Amino acid sequence: MRYVISLALVMAALWLGLSGLFKPVILALGVASVALAAWLSWRMDVIGVEHNPGLFSWRLPVYWAWLVWQIVVANLDVARAVFNPRGHIHQRVLRVPAKQSRELTRVTYANSITLTPGTVSLRLEGNEIVVHALTRAGAEGVLSGEMGDRVCWLEDQSK
Amino acid sequence: MIVVDVLSWFLLLGGGLVGILGGVGLLRFPDFYSRLHAAGMTDTLCALMIIAGLILQAGLSLLSIKLALILLFLLFTSPTASHALARAALTDGLKPEGEQSSNN
Repeated sequence: MRYVISLALVMAALWLGLSGLFKPVILALGVASVALAAWLSWRMDVIGVEHNPGLFSWRLPVYWAWLVWQIVVANLDVARAVFNPRGHIHQRVLRVPAKQSRELTRVTYANSITLTPGTVSLRLEGNEIVVHALTRAGAEGVLSGEMGDRVCWLEDQSK
Repeated sequence: MIVVDVLSWFLLLGGGLVGILGGVGLLRFPDFYSRLHAAGMTDTLCALMIIAGLILQAGLSLLSIKLALILLFLLFTSPTASHALARAALTDGLKPEGEQSSNN
């Protein structure tokens, strides 16, 4: 029940943010569609922490802020490769361990690797991620395991 | 307000520049997998800077909420698309260049 209510609240906030119209008819339509969507989600059994980032953890925004910084750094590295492809590109395929215990956080980790330019997750095989890295710096960044540790930290709170 | 304008123009022009660099990289990089990384630049920093610049132009309004949502969805869907492309290429038998190292 807690999840249904929180999902409805998130959807209501989203609806208000997107519509911005506060006329009674429109508001009633909004309430009806939120109720319908919440009921459908409950019937489809897609309700819970995994489907609602708002409930996930207060650590998520902290992680996102760090991730944005990583994206900026990785972009500069790939930009250097654009100016000097021959000198800077050093492609490698690596296997890195995904130590996270839950599927959701392992996917978060793999997606974060893909999101930072210069590294793309090719496969997620059990507890290992196969990564394609464009440059030396990109490969070293993934191998250092810092991002994996941060995702583990993200997971700790949400158990 | 001039500070906000300068900052937002810096972000908008910077985002455009990153987008152009990503396009140049797409042409200059040697093979499929490396080109994927160039496309990653336009997916991330380019979109990030342009939308941040637009939010500064829009100010505190419902418009900025919509812009922030566009960015959020973009940052969730673009890695999925990149991964799907890479995985499809791998399944099709296109081997990545370079050394294949197992653990470390």
